[in-house]
Amino acid sequence: MSLLHALAERVTRVTVPPSFDAWRELARKALLRGLEPDSIDLADATVAAQADDLFGAVQTDASALDGPYAEMSQERPHVPRAFLDRAKLASYHRDPQRWNLLYRLLWRLQSNRDLMRIEVDHDVSAMLRLVQQVKRDEHKMHAFVRFRRIEGERGEEFIAWYEPAHRILELAAPFFAERFAVMRWSILTPDGSAYWDPELHQLQFGPPLDRTHAPAGDELETLWKSYYGSIFNPARLNPEGMRSHMPVKYWNNLPEVELLPSLLQAAEGRVESMISKQGGKPSAAPFVPHEHTLPVIQAALPTCRGCDLYEHAIQVVPGRGPVTADLVLVGEQPGDQEDKRGEPFVGPAGGVLRKALAEAGVDPDAVYMTNAVKHFKFVQRGKLRLHQNPRMSEITACKPWLMAELDALKPKLVVALGASAAKSLLGGTFALMRDRGKLMQANFAEQVMATIHPSAVLRGRDDAAREQLYRHLRDDLMLARQYLGAA
Amino acid sequence: MPSLTVRQKLEILADAAKYDASCASSGATRASNGKGVGHSDGTGICHSYTPDGRCVSLLKILLTNFCTYDCVFCVNRVSSDIRRARFSVEEVVTLTLDFYKRNYIEGLFLSSGIIQSPDYTMEQLVQVAKTLRLVHHFGGYIHIKAIPGCAQRLIDDAGLYADRLSANIELPTQDDLVQLAPEKKATVIEGTMGQIADRKAEVDEDRRKLPSAPKFAPAGQSTQMVIGATPATDRDIIQRASTLYGGYKLRRVYYTGFSPYPEADTRLPLQATPRMREHRLYQADWLMRFYGFAADEIAPESDPELNLAIDPKLAWARRHPEFFPVDVNAGTREALLRVPGLGYHNVDRILRIRRYHKLSMEDLRKLHVRMKDVLEFVVTTDHLPVATLPFTTEQTDRETSDAEFAALPPAQPLAGLVAAQQMDLFAAAAQSAATGVL
Ligand code: SF4
Repeated sequence: MSLLHALAERVTRVTVPPSFDAWRELARKALLRGLEPDSIDLADATVAAQADDLFGAVQTDASALDGPYAEMSQERPHVPRAFLDRAKLASYHRDPQRWNLLYRLLWRLQSNRDLMRIEVDHDVSAMLRLVQQVKRDEHKMHAFVRFRRIEGERGEEFIAWYEPAHRILELAAPFFAERFAVMRWSILTPDGSAYWDPELHQLQFGPPLDRTHAPAGDELETLWKSYYGSIFNPARLNPEGMRSHMPVKYWNNLPEVELLPSLLQAAEGRVESMISKQGGKPSAAPFVPHEHTLPVIQAALPTCRGCDLYEHAIQVVPGRGPVTADLVLVGEQPGDQEDKRGEPFVGPAGGVLRKALAEAGVDPDAVYMTNAVKHFKFVQRGKLRLHQNPRMSEITACKPWLMAELDALKPKLVVALGASAAKSLLGGTFALMRDRGKLMQANFAEQVMATIHPSAVLRGRDDAAREQLYRHLRDDLMLARQYLGAA
Repeated sequence: MPSLTVRQKLEILADAAKYDASCASSGATRASNGKGVGHSDGTGICHSYTPDGRCVSLLKILLTNFCTYDCVFCVNRVSSDIRRARFSVEEVVTLTLDFYKRNYIEGLFLSSGIIQSPDYTMEQLVQVAKTLRLVHHFGGYIHIKAIPGCAQRLIDDAGLYADRLSANIELPTQDDLVQLAPEKKATVIEGTMGQIADRKAEVDEDRRKLPSAPKFAPAGQSTQMVIGATPATDRDIIQRASTLYGGYKLRRVYYTGFSPYPEADTRLPLQATPRMREHRLYQADWLMRFYGFAADEIAPESDPELNLAIDPKLAWARRHPEFFPVDVNAGTREALLRVPGLGYHNVDRILRIRRYHKLSMEDLRKLHVRMKDVLEFVVTTDHLPVATLPFTTEQTDRETSDAEFAALPPAQPLAGLVAAQQMDLFAAAAQSAATGVL
């Protein structure tokens, strides 16, 4: 019996190494011999051969396909580019049947030139599925390789251990060569390894190496994990979404995933505490009476529990002055003296203010004086009670009192003393040193203006600075008087 | 204040950046330059995913979360009691490069609270990008959030170094802004968007004459709005988006559902906006950008909220039974795009396949079309939906104009499918034939 005859009668098994070119060579020969897909088994060399041979295949080496070609071979086989490009991609897949599938397609293409366009064809769609999976795996490798830095003999080196789902190292490596062209790097996989030397500017491939050849960690991983733990929004937990994009099979190489259990567990608690903080935001609003007259307001003030400051101060310090005042001065908050006496502006800063008022020609008794925050805030140092700036949340919490007072007074002009008062009345963008002394429209008074707080005068760096600040305060108050005189 | 470590700052300033929905790193191609790390092939890569299901593609941080503004919906507003931190330009540059070299990220998305003045803040952001590009020859992706109201010169600069610029519109309507972001004005934000769009148009024009001229924000401009913090309807939202797309040539509008955060203002809802609402808005967005739908069709006046239970395409189809069924083997591309369950990739595949092979329901199944979705809307060789017999595709009365269809992106052939070229696989065979082996 001739060899040709034998080949035509029995299934011939040829093992194909994991290389597209090897398959290409074998497929070319088989096709030229006219071997029908059913009569040849292109077995995957990376998969151990089946012990039993149910189909009685003849195991042979590739040379069996050499020799004289069959008469019936094609003159000019038809190989569209659409096939070739995809076949190459599919060849990286681990599916042990891929070589047969590709050969079957090649065979069928000879009689149906449009086959590749029929994406719903059984073989075509099977191939497209392999292509898709390979492309996805390549994309995931680009995403999930994590380099670790070491100081090697030749300086800085970056090494990664990675386990792709398919044999895609060769396919995926050029991406890293382009992206990290100035770094010395290696990627080790169970199928082979890739190296890049920035001086040679060349991608090289080597044998498989296991993960022990790669560094176990990188100093930067702590920072990376901090970032990972901080960038997600616990209010929008969606672990299924995460798993579908980052399948568990890739987790092995990702340092950040070890945080997942604790992040997921903590998320619920974080959300609850956010909500309770947001819901329980300090505010004086529940304590402010609906009727906005000074006596009613002053009577209600001592009940306020709008923020924590009431707990430590001796007493609440209401505003003081005539109901008919055209001018309202708003300070920051009571100090030590004010807290003890229950009156605003009676301490040292009050002294400065009264002096400036007098020099500006304003009668202190015709002015209503109050504070943005009504309780004293301090830290105890031995016998001393040291003043502390109120936090923005406390200023905001207390604002309903101030608004109620202004509503009761309907003044012509409100002068905010210092940054805290200005922030309370004019919003966070207000820049005191730039915009002090400017008259502005407001909805709680005809006009509003901001100037230096008298205590800032006391805290001035040196005499010259104190003098300068005092002059600002006095000049602005003078401006206020002029405005009121004209109004 | 004791000085914070880089790690503490990173925690604070990444935490503060997490409300920005954008994480995309696609749309710009940048070849490796041989002097520094980095390239982008235009696709964008997600390097990790977090438990909220969103991807990590960029180092997304704020330069600082100090802010002089008091926008109610924002965690960084001056009146919130959060921990504050500020990165130096160098710190951000180093972090970006270090992360990039480990292949953790595609690049940087830098935004900031507004400190001192819009110009000062923007200057700092530009400085980071400039240092990365000019000193370190960084080739990765850079997205800068433009500070509304900053000077044109800073926008011009930013666009030279950044791949993408965005100016966040923040809230769907001017009224919402007045309520919740008193320092921000739609006009100022849109002014900044206009600055970006105009400059880009100008530079693109120059590049047509001189292709080697530098690019300006090659990945374009995007914006973000917070949804669910105010009563604005879905109709308000997508109409706004549609105007913005048109007016400023935006590449993307991102929606970020409002979610509660520490110390938020009492005017805000305590509950997170359902993720589904965000999802439906994105679907609506796709329908407008890739499927030829007009905003008005998706959320008509009579039906201003998107249905959370079904996707907007299906909702449209239910409102327009007269349009269906569409014959898969004969319908136009535009008609097929309106069929629930058919995505535009599949529409392209169908158009390719049907020249050689008439499609059956089984074929659609092989294309992974969800049977249940298309059943009542398509005709195939072996399927005719009940209850729709009086209509054929030719008789359907289209509600969209040609102009709307003209806005569709061109069909996207799969690489390699274009020509059935003969390849040289068999070159060797030809040779052996010539030597007489055959
Ligand atoms: S400007 Fe407003 S939105 Fe931006 S960070 Fe500041 S408070 Fe937040």
